[in-house]
Amino acid sequence: MAKLLTPLDKAAIRAEDFAKAVKDENKVEASFERTVFQQLVSSFRQNKLAILCLIVLLTIILSSIFAFLSPYDPDEMDVMNKMAGPSAEHWFGTDELGRDSFTRALYGGRVSLSVGFSAMVVSVIIGTLIGSVSGYVGGKVDAVLMRVVDIFQSVPSLLMIIVFFSFVPSNMVTLIIMLALFSWTGVARIVRAQTLTLKERDFVVAAKVLGVSHAKIIMRHIVPNMATQIIVAASLSVAGAILDESALSFLGYGVALPKSSWGSMLQNAQQYILYDPLLALIPGAFILLTVLCLNILGDVLQHALDPRLHK
Amino acid sequence: MKKFITKRFLQMMLVWVLVSIISFSVIFFAPGDPLYMYMTPEATGRKLTEEELQAMRESLGLDGTAVEQYTSWATKMVQGNWGISLTTKEPVLNEILKKLPATIGLMGASLILSLIVAIPLGLIAGTHKNSWIDNIISAITYVGVSMPAFWLGIMLIIVFSMQLGWLPSSGMRTIGVVSNWDVIKHGILPAIVLSLNNMAVFVRYIRSNTITQMEEEYVQTALSKGIGKRGIMYGHVLKNCMLPVITTVGSRFGTLVTGSFIVESVFAWPGLGTLGMSSINNRDYPMVMGITMFSCTILLLGNFLADLLYGIADPRIKIGKE
Repeated sequence: MAKLLTPLDKAAIRAEDFAKAVKDENKVEASFERTVFQQLVSSFRQNKLAILCLIVLLTIILSSIFAFLSPYDPDEMDVMNKMAGPSAEHWFGTDELGRDSFTRALYGGRVSLSVGFSAMVVSVIIGTLIGSVSGYVGGKVDAVLMRVVDIFQSVPSLLMIIVFFSFVPSNMVTLIIMLALFSWTGVARIVRAQTLTLKERDFVVAAKVLGVSHAKIIMRHIVPNMATQIIVAASLSVAGAILDESALSFLGYGVALPKSSWGSMLQNAQQYILYDPLLALIPGAFILLTVLCLNILGDVLQHALDPRLHK
Repeated sequence: MKKFITKRFLQMMLVWVLVSIISFSVIFFAPGDPLYMYMTPEATGRKLTEEELQAMRESLGLDGTAVEQYTSWATKMVQGNWGISLTTKEPVLNEILKKLPATIGLMGASLILSLIVAIPLGLIAGTHKNSWIDNIISAITYVGVSMPAFWLGIMLIIVFSMQLGWLPSSGMRTIGVVSNWDVIKHGILPAIVLSLNNMAVFVRYIRSNTITQMEEEYVQTALSKGIGKRGIMYGHVLKNCMLPVITTVGSRFGTLVTGSFIVESVFAWPGLGTLGMSSINNRDYPMVMGITMFSCTILLLGNFLADLLYGIADPRIKIGKE
């Protein structure tokens, strides 16, 4: 869609933005003076849903980190107690080997969350690097890099990852790299678009005139100025990575046993849905809640930070 | 327009070639000899000699350098000779075409389902911006985007197949029953699961488009002429909203393809996805290449057609005159 905009259209959009910005001058000025962190805090404070999501997300993250406080060992079998229903001792019952489902879900969260967050970090780094260089340098470099983005976006990513893992054994590191390899394009697009507008701004021109090196302009002046946009992209990217990881693990190409993520717990539970539906319910609910909260937080943030969406 | 079509077509071909090289090299450089299926004592009855292995490699096109293998594979691919499946010993293209109707049927049904649900929801949400009904609809879209498809599949099986016993949980046909109704009954749950994600995306697009369209001057004109809200919605807004939806449908082909892999493996639906998963597990390497390229081609064609339709549907867009 963006391709279809003529330069005139783009100028018109920019003029509209400017006109709007002038209209609610005070608000805009205030938002310029705030730091990124203050912006985040204030946008969350205005939105009850965002606070709720943040609390749920932090609860899931913290309880996964402190999973060792649970009285049960996630791998300890108790065959006398297998597939037990919920009880005071086992909140969500036990699995086919008598292991405590809730404890296992918390440990599974460690794997899912760390894979999701690490993949996000890698894809944000790649995306920011390629996006900022593409936007800043422009010309042929930009054209080539954007074609690369096109190619990566028109490949059925999950299929390619599965094909790759059918030959290469998957572990945490390869999984993170593969997930990041197919998810940096979204970040790159956003960063490129931001770079295109930022590089025309006076402070960048001033830095150029002063003889600051290009690399330093990108690192010190351009990238920090779009921290908020990158945070939005990052939060959506974690959500995507967790979903993809769970799908891969469910198909048997994720984190290898004995480690289990939410997805691999579900793969295991699928065999027993006839006898114990609860076994499949819990890990999936954890995935849904985590991804839901991340998506909502990302969107709330995006709306709060985009002056065009202020209405 | 012609210039634009040629440009987009060449671009598509370039992407196609690059994708084929990537997928070829992934499989080429991957460890694991595809011939190992033939070398097992169960398959041959004895251990094969090195000469016999070499002859087999040549017959399967597995000898030579990477470049040689790629060029011979690509030429054959274009000619429609996609090689012989290592497991079934049938031509790959035949196998794919045999499984294609099941997948196309599932994908088509889910696309139609998601549009039927998404259009009214999107219009209602867009016209009742920030009302309680809009909030409910946007909550649905959030859940739709965040839902792990395979988990929804398992939950639906538990509720509708196991607890209520209304719908079958797997396969496409009941053994011994030949009727369309039986196939439809098997397809309902997979189609719902496959459509949820797309439905959520479509609702969001239609909602935001409706909001922008409602602010347009022609809507104000129509309103002042006394045309009812309903007439404006269906006569003007819906028509103008469908345009971006068309492009979105094209760009959602990728999710449909990978989504069908997951959904088919949950419901044991006998389509391309199930074939793909089993051939990956069996290292049936001509088949894996065939299915990868087939999926990529569908995806690229989808994007290409969406671009074309976009230009045709809105004559104001002068594409190629950038």
